[in-house]
Amino acid sequence: MSQRIPITELTDSFRGRAKEALEDGQLRTNFRVAMDSLMRKRADAFPDEEEREGLRELGNRIKAGALSRLPDLLEQLETRLTENGVKVHWAETTEEANQIVHGIIKSKQGSQVVKGKSMVSEEMEMNDFLAERHIECLESDMGEYIVQLDGEKPSHIIMPAIHKNRRQVSKLFHDKLGVEETDDVNELIRIGRRTLRTEFMEADVGVSGVNFAIAETGTLLLVENEGNGRMSTTAPPVHVAVTGIEKVVENLRDVVPLVSLLTRSALGQPITTYVNMISGPRKPDELDGPEEVHLVLLDNGRSDAFADAQMRQTLNCIRCGACMNHCPVYTRVGGHTYGEVYPGPIGKIITPHMVGLHQVPEHPSASSLCGACGEVCPVKIPIPELLQRLRQENVKSPAEHPKVDGGAKYSRKERAVWRIWVALNTRPGLYKLFLWAATRFGKLTPKNVGPWTENHTAPVPARRSLHDLARDHLSSQQKQGGQS
Amino acid sequence: MSELFYDAAPNATRVAPDRPGPRTYPEKPAEVTLFGTCVMDLFYPEAGLDAIRLLEREGIRVHFPQEQSCCGQPAWTSGYVKETREVARAQLDLLDNGLPVVVPSGSCAGMFREHYPEVFADEPDTLKRVADLAERTYELTEFLLHVCKVQWQDLGQPTQVALHTSCSARREMNTHLHARELLGKLDKVERLDHDHESECCGFGGTFSVRMPEVSGAMVLDKTRALRESGAAEMVTADGGCLMNINGSLDKQKQSFRGRHLASFLWERVSGEVQS
Repeated sequence: MSQRIPITELTDSFRGRAKEALEDGQLRTNFRVAMDSLMRKRADAFPDEEEREGLRELGNRIKAGALSRLPDLLEQLETRLTENGVKVHWAETTEEANQIVHGIIKSKQGSQVVKGKSMVSEEMEMNDFLAERHIECLESDMGEYIVQLDGEKPSHIIMPAIHKNRRQVSKLFHDKLGVEETDDVNELIRIGRRTLRTEFMEADVGVSGVNFAIAETGTLLLVENEGNGRMSTTAPPVHVAVTGIEKVVENLRDVVPLVSLLTRSALGQPITTYVNMISGPRKPDELDGPEEVHLVLLDNGRSDAFADAQMRQTLNCIRCGACMNHCPVYTRVGGHTYGEVYPGPIGKIITPHMVGLHQVPEHPSASSLCGACGEVCPVKIPIPELLQRLRQENVKSPAEHPKVDGGAKYSRKERAVWRIWVALNTRPGLYKLFLWAATRFGKLTPKNVGPWTENHTAPVPARRSLHDLARDHLSSQQKQGGQS
Repeated sequence: MSELFYDAAPNATRVAPDRPGPRTYPEKPAEVTLFGTCVMDLFYPEAGLDAIRLLEREGIRVHFPQEQSCCGQPAWTSGYVKETREVARAQLDLLDNGLPVVVPSGSCAGMFREHYPEVFADEPDTLKRVADLAERTYELTEFLLHVCKVQWQDLGQPTQVALHTSCSARREMNTHLHARELLGKLDKVERLDHDHESECCGFGGTFSVRMPEVSGAMVLDKTRALRESGAAEMVTADGGCLMNINGSLDKQKQSFRGRHLASFLWERVSGEVQS
């Protein structure tokens, strides 16, 4: 892993995929236009800086408070949900979670599943798991539907098909659904909806995600804009919600600021069109709703993150996507470049706990640490600080016991180079010798100094260093001072 | 389920620090130390000298300890904590004399103020000295504006400039606000906005060589935005960004260039046009 591989061989790496994405002019335009619009919308949704910052601090405290009591809150959530008639399942791995979902569907002799948008189900690769077992999952969120139709993965956690523009969607619908091409977004949505509408009625099971699981009342809260979430969770006879264990919050009061932060940060909306609060299956005197409701709580590395005081902050995340919208790297390379379910800055800090840092060793380095992500995070996750931490785990030697399954970038050669750098910068005599040599022979700097000269001309050191200029200047000043 | 969590310390949950209040500034001191930064030392020494001249013009005696080297940022952002600590300790020892430290680079000043506490997190005794250094550290534009409270007469010809602030300077040191206000004091200088002004130029230290394709795309966009702003030149208070932006412009064979804000300011207030 420590060996440097030339880019031509890096087809299956962040750098390789980034290179491809950067050369795709259409993709770059699609992302730039979309991200610019999302940044503007967020800015407009928080006109008052003071209010925004106060709300972010509150959001951070609520999530940190809930995390500090996570085991208790999860137990309370299970108790309340059970009282409400919801069946709670625990899954340590995505495999376990898939088996639980599959078991529920099988017990109902189901073969058709309709899904509301859920990133945890993406994390589980639920569609593939069920397809192998002859169960068809249909994505009902418009963006998810589009990427499913094209056999792709989401490129953004909120807007899965944001990498496509309307013409590309129109072409896709034409190719796959046999409809006429149209540039009209509303017409495209109508086409998608017509196809989906019948599926809601015919599905055996509806699957959804959860935005907030409320411990005190045993409520599952789900925000969405298309109504497909409400349809998926109420029309089929069985509703299965899947979510990560970090989504639990204490009470309904806590949810108010969190929803406000979520919808304003994500899309600049004061609130989503639909806010679903699910507190159990259909009661005997009720006319509609599912007969059964299940909740699958997934760990998948989250308890490892929880056990690390610094990395625990990743569990604050409410999945708004603002960090990717504001990320200059994500904006240029798009979500698929990350090669994982969760792209962008948040993906870089949560994926290591799910798959191990050695699987994604390039991710922490794919950042200029500009800090835009941390600045907009609604729950104040210090994303740059955590990227920094992962870089540290990345370069640790086996003897230094790297955490998060790190150490993939440990290299004796690179460590030796840094030792030389230390010697140079801690021994003034040596540093001055270096300055002397660099300024004297600077003109001899080769034209090609590795990756730097791909984008720049080689920097040529000045003829005299600041050390020299300052010494001469200050001593002449002192002499003048002495004469006057 | 809760057996999963027995390993974790129950009170380990971190809460984000409160927003710092506005920084309070001392009276103008008689003497300061200039921390020149390694990039300026080798590539932009004249700008470092101009920073000294700007401070001296305010009647301040400037010290430049010859033992200074690098703040440690390159190793820090590469994940080498021990190596950072050794270099950082050398600077900490050197600057441990109570004098205000003026740094003509937002990211190096930010390293002293924001990251040394992380670098020395395991050393309670050192942290006291770190806190003391943080308290005394000022980025150049901040120091000129708020401590020296400069009153300048603009001796240059009318011109238009674009301002680029490094991300750490912007987010850790508010340099964009200070630099704008300083430029505002020059009545013949008009500052022009550029597209995506707050976006990173793509430097990010070792990022520029570890991810040259992404970094290259970023600096291309940045240089285009700067050129299209209509400004005659770009000014910045950060040597790293300057090296990135000028190196890219040179590679593109563009005539547009950036220069360090210290040199620009010195030229305006001294009337000395540099070659």
